[in-house]
Amino acid sequence: MNPRITGAIAARVLTQLRRDHRTLAIMLVLPCLLISLLWWMFDDLPGDSFDRLGPALLAMFPFIVMFLVTSVTTLRERSGGTLERLLAMPMGKLDFLFGYALAFGIVAAVQSVAAVGISVGLLDLTIVGPVWLLTVVAVADAVLGSALGLFVSAFARTEFQAVQFMPALVIPQILLCGLFVPRDRLPDVLGSVSDVLPLSYAVDAMQHLTRSPATGEVWRDLAVVAAYAVAGLALGAATLRRQSP
Amino acid sequence: MNAVEVASLVVTRGKREVLHGLDFAIPTGQVTGLLGPSGCGKSTLMRTLVGVQAGVTGTVTVFGEPAGSPVLRPRIGYVTQAPSIYDDLSVTENLTFFARVLGVGRAEVARCVEAVDLVDHADDVVAKLSGGQRSRASLAVALLGSPSLLVLDEPTVGLDPVLREELWGTFHRLADDGVAVLVSSHVMDEAERCDRLLLMRDGVFIADGTPAEIKQQAGLAESADIEQAFLAIVRGDAA
Repeated sequence: MNPRITGAIAARVLTQLRRDHRTLAIMLVLPCLLISLLWWMFDDLPGDSFDRLGPALLAMFPFIVMFLVTSVTTLRERSGGTLERLLAMPMGKLDFLFGYALAFGIVAAVQSVAAVGISVGLLDLTIVGPVWLLTVVAVADAVLGSALGLFVSAFARTEFQAVQFMPALVIPQILLCGLFVPRDRLPDVLGSVSDVLPLSYAVDAMQHLTRSPATGEVWRDLAVVAAYAVAGLALGAATLRRQSP
Repeated sequence: MNAVEVASLVVTRGKREVLHGLDFAIPTGQVTGLLGPSGCGKSTLMRTLVGVQAGVTGTVTVFGEPAGSPVLRPRIGYVTQAPSIYDDLSVTENLTFFARVLGVGRAEVARCVEAVDLVDHADDVVAKLSGGQRSRASLAVALLGSPSLLVLDEPTVGLDPVLREELWGTFHRLADDGVAVLVSSHVMDEAERCDRLLLMRDGVFIADGTPAEIKQQAGLAESADIEQAFLAIVRGDAA
């Protein structure tokens, strides 16, 4: 790995994003609008539903958006020949992966600062734990989404196919992450499935932050999410072949 | 001196053998043309030299190292058939990015933009360029860092004749500086512009030599063209 090359890739990905105003809006503005929508839905209802659901949503946005954007952009690199060209150059596979992870990590940080800022500042989301830690969890989620997106892009031939992985890999995680039914009250089998899905830990971490000032549990969840992200990047590296048939 | 030396090269893609036992060399300081119809194995051969082709047996050495060895990566400039550059970046941004990956300076970027005559479009986003301009931008990336071997897969397809002339001029200038230039084409009329030709058909070479030698081998006069020589050799082989 070479910091110059990793940096070059991250800077290039960010320049491409800056050019693409619509994608940028989806990444940065849409999460803020959606979280506001959620707040509005529950505004006239009694109870603390927004406080219960809001944090889970903050964990999901970076994961979903980065999954989509990374799977499509890396697929473009694969099919457009730029990946082959880069692999014929003195670029390490890890440079490529970490360059992407770095760029999308930065975008995720901006995204979550905006979404968390609106949720806490404007919409009165109750956060008992440290607010900055929400952003750290969001960045880990984003890197996780990028890592999975990179991995699945190897199995898609078109952008259309890449997008189809989203319902297959992401929606089950949303259903089982504890948002609809608390994880400890799921049927045993589904509970065990939920225990091996990374998004469950991301949502757990966010929910701890809304309830308790203690951060021990959060760091433990964060470690699990980070481990999944690293495993995803390693799998992604295995799909980057210098030689292809 | 030879930049590339290949012995009994066989390439298999899936279950199909694409290249059937090739032996050849590519000298430095010359423009070598790899000519043959579409689908005859030109791109596979080029990918093998660059080291991105799987399923390779035989010996392929580039500057004395096995093809694909990491020390060779900065020394080879490779242009794939489709322009492999980023559509949403400008020409300069593309080159600046690849220059950083290669670790060459910014002066190289300006030099390479100039070498492919894109100075007027340097700040245009690639998506807005014409097909020919795009392939030139892709070529410019391959020129970064002055590689000693250039592998160019159909770089002149679809270009305006004036520009094609200029590009061939560029290739010969590079060759005069000692670069080994390998250019593929399925258009036989480009043959005369090469110092040496490898004529390929169905994964084997049917001729290897200067244009004049190949015509002589085919029993044709100097005034004949390579397409006639190609046909004569193929028919002679069949007879």
